[in-house]
Amino acid sequence: MSASVMMRPSRGLQYTNCLLGIMRREGLRWVHQRGRFISALVRPLVWLAIFAAGFHFVLGLSITPPYRTYIPYEVYIAPGLCGMIQLFNGMQSSLSMVYDREMGSMRTLMVSPFPRWFLLSAKLLAGVAVSVVQVYIFLAIAWFWHIRPPILGYVAVLPALVLSGLMLGALGLVLSSFIKQLENFAGVMNFVIFPMFFTSSALYPLWRVGEASPVVYWLSQVNPFTHAVELIRFALYERFNLLSCAIVLAYLAVFMGAAVIGYDPGRGLIARRAGGE
Amino acid sequence: MLTDPAALDVQGLSHAFGARTVLKDVSFQVRPGEFCALLGLNGAGKTTLFALITRLYDRRVGSISVFGHDVRSDAIAALADLGVVFQQPTLDLDLTVEQNLLYHAALHGFSPAAARPRIEEELTRARLIDRRADRVRMLSGGQKRRVELARALVHRPRLLLLDEPTAGLDIESRRFLLNHVRELCRTTGLGVLWATHLIEEAADAQIVVLHQGRVLSTGNETSVTRDAAATDLDDAFSRLTRKQAA
Repeated sequence: MSASVMMRPSRGLQYTNCLLGIMRREGLRWVHQRGRFISALVRPLVWLAIFAAGFHFVLGLSITPPYRTYIPYEVYIAPGLCGMIQLFNGMQSSLSMVYDREMGSMRTLMVSPFPRWFLLSAKLLAGVAVSVVQVYIFLAIAWFWHIRPPILGYVAVLPALVLSGLMLGALGLVLSSFIKQLENFAGVMNFVIFPMFFTSSALYPLWRVGEASPVVYWLSQVNPFTHAVELIRFALYERFNLLSCAIVLAYLAVFMGAAVIGYDPGRGLIARRAGGE
Repeated sequence: MLTDPAALDVQGLSHAFGARTVLKDVSFQVRPGEFCALLGLNGAGKTTLFALITRLYDRRVGSISVFGHDVRSDAIAALADLGVVFQQPTLDLDLTVEQNLLYHAALHGFSPAAARPRIEEELTRARLIDRRADRVRMLSGGQKRRVELARALVHRPRLLLLDEPTAGLDIESRRFLLNHVRELCRTTGLGVLWATHLIEEAADAQIVVLHQGRVLSTGNETSVTRDAAATDLDDAFSRLTRKQAA
């Protein structure tokens, strides 16, 4: 048998191949896990169909930016549901990291000859790509619910979705480095996803929250998910929310730094975890 | 020849998890083309040693280098020369055999087009070429292990680490895997560190006896047996580990 020659590509190309390979795998896993795909899509649609219908006549919304007119409640919560898709996707990625670690496939990623920060970023980007596709499918279906932002809004929302997806995915990475076992993931649902979702501007405008409870109002203000939702909301209506963008970027830097430390073989929890044989 | 860097050079390596010392002053070398059996009972520290060589853990005293590249300060160069078969299965069960290997090639910076001929070559050598489009979930335990070996070799590493690769395999699969790897040492100059607790897998190999985190003996079968004043390797291993326990 003649040995085939495999020339090592230039370093830049190696990084590209590695990134594309990680994204391809994430895409294949997504396609194979149909339940994950369907639940990611059904969840926001259920909220839109049931929750929004129920509150349609209860919650009155005054004209608040970025909206230029009175809007029905379902239009208000649509950007929040886009954020919800990304929040769940970020946590799903986190779950898959814990699963990978328990199943051992995280090891193959970690012994790859690339810096850890790059491998984690590539993993993160792959998750974001999946979440962005999910959001666009949701927006396409929502169009039939008369949620019809301006056409350019669909383009303008892309960078906002990438940024918010990165931030929420990075949060998932941090959590995955701290979660020891798959079973602990239920705790993440109860103590991270639900509080983040309900103390945000996804379901109700913050000024209304402020009238009811100043404490919840301030919690909502520091909640990264609030700013992810506002970034998406403004972008979807062709507006740029500088404050939310800056806050999302700041949280992204903090979460990414913590994830790199969490997965650092010398400093992170992985190193401290006893290696039984 | 001796001036060439060792495929693997471990010097004065110690490691602890909290107060529990897992490795104590471990030193040994694997030369290019050498089949080195790391012989030890369960709990000897073999898996921790592998985790340190592959940089999954990093807190340690001592040094580890792969072909002269320190795994701590020059990790990227060291890992590029390394192929690993972990004790725990690490294949993605829902992907096909080829998709798993393409993913691994990408993790080493290779495009699918560049990797496919190599994948074909390794799958042919592992006698699995006709299963390339099958999902890994459909393979037997022995076949999965052969896929893991093929995967570890796709990027043409110069040092191969295998952590109890024959665990749970039947006699035929075990023999195939062992012969396959030994053949690679002879024909390609691959350096191999093969962790095992099975004496027969260490026959005719360079041997490092690891027990309770310490190296008790190194050398070939004859010298390890002679140094332990034993009749054969099995006897030598028993004497060495008993002495340590006492």
